[in-house]
Amino acid sequence: MTFLEDSLIVFISQAIFFIGGWIFFVKQLFRDYEVHHSLVQLIFSVTFALSCTMFELIIFEIIGYLDSSSRYFHWNLGLYSLLFMVIALIPFYIAYYCISNIQFLSRTHIRPLTIFVWLIYLYFFWKIGDPFPILSPKQGIFSIEQGVSRIGVIGVTVMALLSGFGAVNYPYTSMAIFIRPVTQADVLSIEKKLLQTMDMILVKKKRIALAEANSVGARQNYSMMDQSNVKSRGFWTNILSSVGSIANPLSQGTENISQLRQEIAALEELSRQLFLEAHDARTMREKIEWSNTFQGKYFNFLGYFFSLYCVWKIFISTINIVFDRVGKKRSSYQRLRARSPLAGLEHRPCFLVTACFLHIGGLYSTNEYTWFIAHVNEVLLQDFILEVLEHYSANPRPDNGYVFLFFRPSHAHEHAPRVQNYHYSSAGRFAVQLLP
Amino acid sequence: MAAIEKVKVVVLGDSGVGKTSLTYLIAHNKPLLSPGWTVGCSVEVKLHRYKEGTQAQNTFFVELWDVGGSNNHRNTRNVFYQPTHGIILVHDLTNRKSQLNLQKWLSEILNQDSTNPTFQNVDVDPEQFLGSTQIPILVIGTKFDIAEENQKKNQYRRLASSIAEQCGADEIFVNCFQPRSLAPGTSNSVKLTRFFDKIIERRYYSRISPFTDKRRAIPPYLMATSTPLSNKRPENYLSPRFYHMD
Repeated sequence: MTFLEDSLIVFISQAIFFIGGWIFFVKQLFRDYEVHHSLVQLIFSVTFALSCTMFELIIFEIIGYLDSSSRYFHWNLGLYSLLFMVIALIPFYIAYYCISNIQFLSRTHIRPLTIFVWLIYLYFFWKIGDPFPILSPKQGIFSIEQGVSRIGVIGVTVMALLSGFGAVNYPYTSMAIFIRPVTQADVLSIEKKLLQTMDMILVKKKRIALAEANSVGARQNYSMMDQSNVKSRGFWTNILSSVGSIANPLSQGTENISQLRQEIAALEELSRQLFLEAHDARTMREKIEWSNTFQGKYFNFLGYFFSLYCVWKIFISTINIVFDRVGKKRSSYQRLRARSPLAGLEHRPCFLVTACFLHIGGLYSTNEYTWFIAHVNEVLLQDFILEVLEHYSANPRPDNGYVFLFFRPSHAHEHAPRVQNYHYSSAGRFAVQLLP
Repeated sequence: MAAIEKVKVVVLGDSGVGKTSLTYLIAHNKPLLSPGWTVGCSVEVKLHRYKEGTQAQNTFFVELWDVGGSNNHRNTRNVFYQPTHGIILVHDLTNRKSQLNLQKWLSEILNQDSTNPTFQNVDVDPEQFLGSTQIPILVIGTKFDIAEENQKKNQYRRLASSIAEQCGADEIFVNCFQPRSLAPGTSNSVKLTRFFDKIIERRYYSRISPFTDKRRAIPPYLMATSTPLSNKRPENYLSPRFYHMD
């Protein structure tokens, strides 16, 4: 039966993704730590596998690989599992582990408190969806559309925030005009100051240690003298020496000690600041060396290019909002594409796949450079994606289940008409966002 | 105070193993109630009585330099490493990775080149530390109370670290919230005292070479200086900048 074969293919790929997620967790995320709760590892790998399955299913959808009924079944399965994970399981366990780390709670209070926090989370999750007209009369309250649309909105917002952060952070870290000139002599002078501060702290701490040792010794001496030496030494020497030993070290020690402790606290703060300055200076030196390499120069050029591109996009979006130019003018990509020889339907799946891969690669990369490049390439290909979606929405088929949409609110006003089509669509077609 | 000499001991370990609590406990015999995250280096001072109870008793200052262990400060940390007279390696008994990383810490502090502050990936052979002429090392495992609880829950694992055996170093297990861990008379405090004595001896008392009549500072590579007493010194680790008089 083809259904069995298709399911087998999907499950095998899910297993591969699961193993990949597990290995990533062990080798990269928890490289320096030991896993105390293997449930965390399990949840991470399952979520990763499910997200990759959704991605895989959309590719199969586009190239029409598997049987459409089995695809539909797996879509449902994947979506329900993901919804359960994101709405029920993960928040509950986050709350549980956070609360069980609080030290002053007893064991019996953890579970009710976790359920309470989870209910609060559910309430806010529901509240977020109120401003959007998602509730359609054909679907009930607990249909899948409620959960997925809310998740879509939240996920898109989070991704937009991350994109914005990366777009600003990347030029700042890699472009040459932001690099301060720092010489080796500067670094050495800061380090010398740091070591001098540490020496001063040490001197003061030694004085405290000696004063404390002396005061302890004096008290011991006094108590000893009281017992044993009274008879052997003269009367007046006893009185005078005991008075001397009480008066001098104790009073002198205590007044010095509190003042010394204050000075030490101030010096320690200074040493921390100096250390951070030395660290900044060293990092800047390394960056200067890196920017002189070929890779540094290439990223510097890219930084200029993409900064200008982002500025232009912001400008165009502002104009679109201000002049309310929805749907009337074609975007720059459309004008480009009309003139290009590549305009052909058969090229679209390839570009969509490329865009998807770039996006996934960008999302899961730890290096912010690849992240930025992936995102920018995805922006450039975004018009391709929307063309494909137009194509699909123009030919509604009964098995045209769920359409995958990469969407960023920063470009909403550039592609405003299509937003309205896809976001508030009718039954059978709605937006699904890959969970970051 | 000017008459009291000092030795410097560097306390190394991963971030979060308890170095700051440990240095406070060693120096003040009281637990540190609210340790903050160490940025840079925090120092504590302990007055140590060398060879207490014998005729050669003397008092020294032991400076404990607790270097912050986070990864992104790696390129600036080496300013604290010179000179070093002793090393305390700290690992967390509930976290196996922190113990495996001790090897990296050891090579970080030993492969110092003062002109090139970046981290060098030269493997250090721990067997260089056997013998009395090398920098004394002590390995301390913290969070002993939690580890003991785990042992009782039948998650048995070997607590002793392999690096202590390789270097011929002593190892002690400490609960940093419990001042009784290092109370005088326990085997922990005996080992700690022995460690400090070894450092002081190596720094101040073993220079009876007839060619030197002044106290010589330790060369920047922190390797053993030559004394006529050292007959177990292997050849391969001598740095090019090292000079010795035999």
